[in-house]
Amino acid sequence: MSDFKRIIAKRKRQDLVFKLIGILCTLVGIVTLGALLVDLIADGIGRLDLGFLTSFPSRFAERAGILSSWVGTLLIMIVTAFTAVPLGVAAGVYLEEYAGKNWLTNLIEINIANLAGVPSIIYGLMALGLLVYKFRLGQSVLTGGLTLAFLILPIVIVATREALRTIPQGIRESAYALGSTKWQVVRHHLLPYSVGGTMTGIIIALSRAIGETAPLITIGALTFIAFLPPPPVQAAPPFISFDWLWSPFSVLPIQMFNWVSRPDQEFVVNAAAAGLVLILVTLSLNAIAIIIRYRVRKRIKW
Amino acid sequence: MKDLPMIEQSAALAADISVQPPAAGASARARRLSRVKERIIESILLLAALSSVAITLGIVGILIYESSTFFAHVSLRAFLTDTLWTPLFASPRFGIMPLVAGTLVTTAVALAVALPIGTIVAIYLSEFAPAVVREVLKPALELLSAVPTVVYGYFALQFMSPLLQKLIPGLPTFNMLSAGAVMGIMIIPYVSSLSEDAMRAVPMALREGAYALGANRIITALKVVYPSALSGIVASYILAISRAIGETMIVAIAAGMQPNLTFDPREPAATITAFIVQVSLGDLPHGSIGYQSIFAAGLTLFVMTLAFNILGYVLRKRFREAY
Repeated sequence: MSDFKRIIAKRKRQDLVFKLIGILCTLVGIVTLGALLVDLIADGIGRLDLGFLTSFPSRFAERAGILSSWVGTLLIMIVTAFTAVPLGVAAGVYLEEYAGKNWLTNLIEINIANLAGVPSIIYGLMALGLLVYKFRLGQSVLTGGLTLAFLILPIVIVATREALRTIPQGIRESAYALGSTKWQVVRHHLLPYSVGGTMTGIIIALSRAIGETAPLITIGALTFIAFLPPPPVQAAPPFISFDWLWSPFSVLPIQMFNWVSRPDQEFVVNAAAAGLVLILVTLSLNAIAIIIRYRVRKRIKW
Repeated sequence: MKDLPMIEQSAALAADISVQPPAAGASARARRLSRVKERIIESILLLAALSSVAITLGIVGILIYESSTFFAHVSLRAFLTDTLWTPLFASPRFGIMPLVAGTLVTTAVALAVALPIGTIVAIYLSEFAPAVVREVLKPALELLSAVPTVVYGYFALQFMSPLLQKLIPGLPTFNMLSAGAVMGIMIIPYVSSLSEDAMRAVPMALREGAYALGANRIITALKVVYPSALSGIVASYILAISRAIGETMIVAIAAGMQPNLTFDPREPAATITAFIVQVSLGDLPHGSIGYQSIFAAGLTLFVMTLAFNILGYVLRKRFREAY
């Protein structure tokens, strides 16, 4: 009997040892994230003030700021969101609600799965060859926004489909029984009910787009820019202008990359401060997404 | 109509309805109109779905088109066998090998970190951790993949590299080891989350069977759950490999920009992606051989990730278990 007990004790010990290893490995990730945050804060917090946010980049580290790059990031994101969201949601609705089981649907689905595995810099090369030189859109805000929109399109499509899939079939059938057309079912029921899940996906996709650097460098975004694009709202009629779409631009991560690759330690401090702004934006977007997901999951019980 | 008895009122109403052929025609027209509208909407939605195919065609088309002019200047043989990559020099050489080596070494370092740690985390979260712990740790780990890669590049250069220099004397500031290690940590959630999903999908009855035979948790996890979930786990590994091969900013910042044909992770070397970034930062004239060289490099990268994706597809089918 004591043999038996010894074996049980040994097995329990094995479990305990693995549990400790598991906790340790999980901590590697968490601790790195913490170290990264602490490192950025320690290096950059001193540089982060209002002047930093409202100054153009400069040859002098202590006078340089991120005004042109955060405005660039904002404008790029507007173009990206206005392209990727309608396109992605429409594609998701088609694949989930309309598409029949045929070769075309199969082709589109395999294609989307593959697109998600294509490195982001490849999208930059495609945009350089196609948008910048073939379609002559130039190295502009429009090109940058479209590039990132293509990049996040698979994420938006997949999120939309998953959100639609959680809606029970009974909802669709009830609406059809009342004489709704397919589009009415989608418009009045499926889209409103899936908005939480879709929003979560869109926010996460946009936060990824904000941090993207490589594709924008590839299409030729500037690393040093000391002016702002023309404002979208103007004093004279017609009041709204789209000239900013054609303006050259820089974005936050490119500005940070530019500073980080200089040997001068003062610029490295600037890089840390820019990184701090960047990580604050992306992490808060992710936090918002998590909160929305949590509340949706809690509120809707089919 | 007001002072008519009820029945007559409704009869009058019925007569009213039955003698309205124009209204019936209108509703038929409305129905036809709405059917046309439905068709138009469906076509628009289909177009949106097809846009993703257009993007793929654009990528493949541009890469092949621009590379074809490159390969008109450079023979495929020289591209694959030459050991020097100096496309911007006065006497340029176009051997992709140094860049491929840099990409493979940084990828290998990243995988050496991400695959074991990610797998152990997945087993821990799926088989050991209480539900509360899992609900907190999983999203926390996923934040790792939310951090912009340029920030990781900064971290690799300013934190990881000095740290490793203390452990390995003589390590240069720019080296593939610290870039690869940070990249590996970034990839952990790709492995752990997807693998954990796959393991949790394994039916409880399989575990109970193992327990009934006297296995403990870890033996059950390794001998029953892991093999049963292998299809999903392999998918997560392949995704990690694709991410590591295509990762750009971390290596561009921390691994150095010099093409260097070496398999020693302690040395600096440029990857395919870092080269593309380096060339794009300069102002290369459209149509020059330097401009075309980034497309040839991009095509190489695309083929590498595609090969791994296809391999993943085959392996997934091979290991699929149906319950």
